[in-house]
Amino acid sequence: MAYSEKVIDHYTNPKNVGTLDKSSKKVGTGLVGAPECGDVMRLQIEVDDATGVITDAKFKTFGCGSAIASSSLATEWLKGRTIDEAVTIDNMDLVEELNLPPVKIHCSVLAEDAIKAAINDYRVKNGLEELAFEEKGVH
Amino acid sequence: MLKFPIYLDNNATTPMDPRVLEAMIPYFTEHFGNAASRNHPFGWQAEEAVDYAREQVAQLIGADPKEIIFTSGATEGDNLAIKGVYEMYASKGNHIITATTEHKAVLDTCKHIEKLGGEVTYLQVKPDGLIDLTELEAAIKPTTILIAIMYANNEIGVIQPVKEISTIAKKHGVLFFTDAVQAVGKIPVDVQKDGIDIMAFTAHKMYGPKGIGALYVRRKNPRVKVTAQMDGGGHERGMRSGTLNVPGIVGFGKACELARLDMEADAKRLSVLRDKLENALLQIEEAYVNGNREHRLPHVANISFKHVEGEGLLMGFNKNIALSSGSACTSASLEPSYVLKALGLGDDLAHSSLRFGLGRFTTEEQIDYTIEQISNTVHKLREMSPLWEMYKEGIDLNSIEWAHH
Ligand SMILES: Cc1ncc(COP(=O)(O)O)c(C=O)c1O
Ligand code: FES
Repeated sequence: MAYSEKVIDHYTNPKNVGTLDKSSKKVGTGLVGAPECGDVMRLQIEVDDATGVITDAKFKTFGCGSAIASSSLATEWLKGRTIDEAVTIDNMDLVEELNLPPVKIHCSVLAEDAIKAAINDYRVKNGLEELAFEEKGVH
Repeated sequence: MLKFPIYLDNNATTPMDPRVLEAMIPYFTEHFGNAASRNHPFGWQAEEAVDYAREQVAQLIGADPKEIIFTSGATEGDNLAIKGVYEMYASKGNHIITATTEHKAVLDTCKHIEKLGGEVTYLQVKPDGLIDLTELEAAIKPTTILIAIMYANNEIGVIQPVKEISTIAKKHGVLFFTDAVQAVGKIPVDVQKDGIDIMAFTAHKMYGPKGIGALYVRRKNPRVKVTAQMDGGGHERGMRSGTLNVPGIVGFGKACELARLDMEADAKRLSVLRDKLENALLQIEEAYVNGNREHRLPHVANISFKHVEGEGLLMGFNKNIALSSGSACTSASLEPSYVLKALGLGDDLAHSSLRFGLGRFTTEEQIDYTIEQISNTVHKLREMSPLWEMYKEGIDLNSIEWAHH
């Protein structure tokens, strides 16, 4: 299967690969997927607690090129948004931006799940209630 | 100068040798006759060419030309062998023994047999990919009519103990069929010495054309017959009807002749290159060879790079290097390679594997480039891998409760 230019670009020059201090109260960490499924994604956000704005985002992904591209793009989109805005990021936005074919939709779902998991981790750490999300899992 | 892309997926198919193409060309145009046309020179010429090719094919495997049944390839050969024996020997029994690492053409045919009311035993393999001969013998019962075990595996290159299997089969009066697609033309295969009763192989894995293969069916000690699976003109001693693919057969014959002449030198050269590749890649931390390294085809290697995913890995260089991966994500299904799983590999390692199939046209320069590219990509992806980071921090990955999605 041929990859889109954008997937190749994110794969070749991934944005925001790295690790934030997951013990910090300002950092939310989402770890989703499973090694058996061939994909694990860890996405982290650092939030300004006064404004709720995401000041930094990092990822590490074990997965195919589309999963790497989805997480790289997600970190770009997260930076500068408030966590309330971030919640609305939909996997289909990633699919569209990256031109992912149907068999690669689950890679984008993983990124959406990771965003939500990171936000919830941040919320719980800061005494906010966990948001309930509907299951999008396709694996 | 290196020319891209480099082809290292010779277990999937091989390029055709130019000498094979040359032999075939006249049989598309001037010599287009039907080998079954008995009454004019066009037919005679085609028949003569087929007879000659049949000898070339037979000679490669130590068979008599009359024992060669031309088919469309090994998928058909596997089907014809298993279904054909099941029907032909129905009065003797209905039990077949095979192994979990067989090609789908064998496994799915066996599933079909089960639907028809037959009984199939699927032997597990040992962690190195070899079957256990004691288990094989223990699985034989009075109703067993066929043992179907491949010669060499297409994913890991492991060579089964064919002689020992045939000895067991003979002792119990059971027929032995082997899918020898990956072995014929690459290593010495001799149906007499190996004690094989039925054997499927195919031209496109040995520098011949696609769409042509053969089923060896023994004629003496014992005389074996398989029930035809297609009705028609009764070609190929009644076992496989259909107008013969004369250019394909001519090419197959030529490919067999070349294999007979070049095999030893090819194998020697390729095993040196394969070992160079493998040893260099094993310098990478947490890299493992899958399958038995001793009983293995000389041109094949299957290696897992822990904590990087196969498809992601391929993407790092697949513009320039054609390889295949055991990862699920390369295929339509989400299951990683059933062969690697049958060896007992965890899903993580099964998802992290690359299969290398070197071939007659592989050069050392290509291998050097491949080593460099793969090493670079593995390192790059591990920098991006959360699993690698956890592993480096000493976190036991099995202790994590993964959110299954
Ligand atoms: C072990 C094995 N058996 C059977 C086949 C099928 O052969 P063919 O492509 O000629 O149908 C293959 C090739 O994919 C193979 O590797
Ligand atoms: S992570 Fe499975 S195909 Fe992308």
